[in-house]
Amino acid sequence: MTQKHTDHKKISRRDLLGNTAKVGCGVGLFSLTLSSLVHEAQGKLPADAIRPPGAIAEDDFLSACVRCGLCVRDCPYDTLDLAEIGSTSVTGTPFFNARTIPCEMCDEIWCVVACPTGALDKSLTNIDDAKMGVAVLVGHESCLNYLGLRCDVCYRVCPLMDEAISLERSANLRTGKHAIFIPTVHSDKCTGCGKCEQSCVLEEAAIKVLPERMALGQMGAHYRLGWEEKRKHGGSLIQGQGIYDLPDRGYAPSTTEGVLAPSGFPEKTATGGYKGFKP
Amino acid sequence: MSNINNPKTKSYPGSSVVEQKGWFAAHKWLIARRVSQAIFIAVFFIGPLTGFWLVKGTLASSITFDVLPLSDPFIFLQSLISGHVMEQSGLIGALIVTVIYFLLGGRIFCSWVCPINAISDTATWLRRKLGWAKTGIRLRRKTALWVMVGVLVTSGITGTIAWEFINPVTMLHRSIVFGGFASFGLAWAVLAGLFLVELVGGDRVWCSKLCPVGALYGLLGRFSLMKVSASKRAACNDCMDCYAVCPEAHVISPALKGEKDNRGPVILSGDCTNCARCMDVCSEDVFKFSLRNRNNLDDVRPSDETTGNSTSRAA
Repeated sequence: MTQKHTDHKKISRRDLLGNTAKVGCGVGLFSLTLSSLVHEAQGKLPADAIRPPGAIAEDDFLSACVRCGLCVRDCPYDTLDLAEIGSTSVTGTPFFNARTIPCEMCDEIWCVVACPTGALDKSLTNIDDAKMGVAVLVGHESCLNYLGLRCDVCYRVCPLMDEAISLERSANLRTGKHAIFIPTVHSDKCTGCGKCEQSCVLEEAAIKVLPERMALGQMGAHYRLGWEEKRKHGGSLIQGQGIYDLPDRGYAPSTTEGVLAPSGFPEKTATGGYKGFKP
Repeated sequence: MSNINNPKTKSYPGSSVVEQKGWFAAHKWLIARRVSQAIFIAVFFIGPLTGFWLVKGTLASSITFDVLPLSDPFIFLQSLISGHVMEQSGLIGALIVTVIYFLLGGRIFCSWVCPINAISDTATWLRRKLGWAKTGIRLRRKTALWVMVGVLVTSGITGTIAWEFINPVTMLHRSIVFGGFASFGLAWAVLAGLFLVELVGGDRVWCSKLCPVGALYGLLGRFSLMKVSASKRAACNDCMDCYAVCPEAHVISPALKGEKDNRGPVILSGDCTNCARCMDVCSEDVFKFSLRNRNNLDDVRPSDETTGNSTSRAA
């Protein structure tokens, strides 16, 4: 071979180790700096920036989304946008603002089809299964329905009317004779499309789409709802065992002799307490 | 670094070609590159302007005519390391791009596609004009490689495509293609920042010494097929113009002056961007595009002089 290098300089082992350490430290320093920048940017996604349908969990999303904007281009309703440099969202990633242009929930789900990386999950084939966020009626004091009027707009524009939003009736205590129809979101059905938020007639929408992490409460994993467990079991879980008699607290019953005074009240102790009281 | 064969008072790299063949001939590759760079922005523009979607997306990932997917291999690599395997479209896209740059030369991206190239060239030109060429920080050429490693490590640690949080190249391209110049916003700041880094930071400190995208393509360039060859090196008259215009001047000597070390005429370094500026300014037409394997001493084209003459030149 004509281009063989024959004039390699001899490098001592000490130099080699030193140089390797130096390079390692340099790479480490750079990685630390970049990591901190990434971490700072990661948590930036504001509550009103909703990811497109099918978007995988935010942490995974940033490992998959290459910020190419193909989803933005293929959305027929111009719903999506790429976050601009220096904006509140992670730069270059797709989002939409429900109040401006909500997701029209097209059957083809063009944005998901367009995604080349899987940041928008192709397994989402029915748009009704999308989970972009959850609508929450945040403005209890301004919502016209809450005030006893019949606005109902959010309920009527909902693509899953009576499933994702229903009107729950309660009494109007102000007038004493009318009903109040409270728009109630059912998080298992709500896709977070944002039609309700967009069409809310108020200056500032009383119903807003929020990311699930902000919209939903969550019980402790060990919580059990007695009635649910009973239903699943198909009957009482303690059937045949009788009712548990839990240990009594407070005033001991009259079985303890000499505790009750003739008046029926517990007898006082010398220090001012009551006899037989168990904390 | 004056042109020794040109006794005229005002001499600059390529001035002898300008005299012999005219300005256009002395800048044809440069013009072709600027046109190419403009095209790579324009094709993304045609869609939003006319509704005819030639190319959709950005440099990160795009689709041409709704069939041909292209994806950035560096972004693909980061995504993979951060724990995500792309879907078929992204996978194939990254593969196609890798193959293209394997065939055409790794860093041909830097000189023919990257929108930063024009900024870097302008800044470098201005540095020379102002006599600042030797100012600024000096970094080793390998630095970019370590930046690349650092980015990949960070991608693994944070589970994100780390470079895209700060990559000014895709930021700029995205802002142009999606925002348009009207809502350009902070993209102007990115552009100005890069220009200033290249102007006062050091000689091509961004493009040659820091940018990890270029570093990856540089690695690919070590194996890529199409290369610049000093195939008529015997005709070299030592005017040094190619060194003056080359963005990676260190790549030239091993090929151009390699005869005494029994080295072939092909510029093998991955750092070469195949920008072809050397072909523009050479009055002796020493350089041409060639294949990597045409690198034997016999491949040196006989110049107007005979082959025997070249040895006498070396003497």
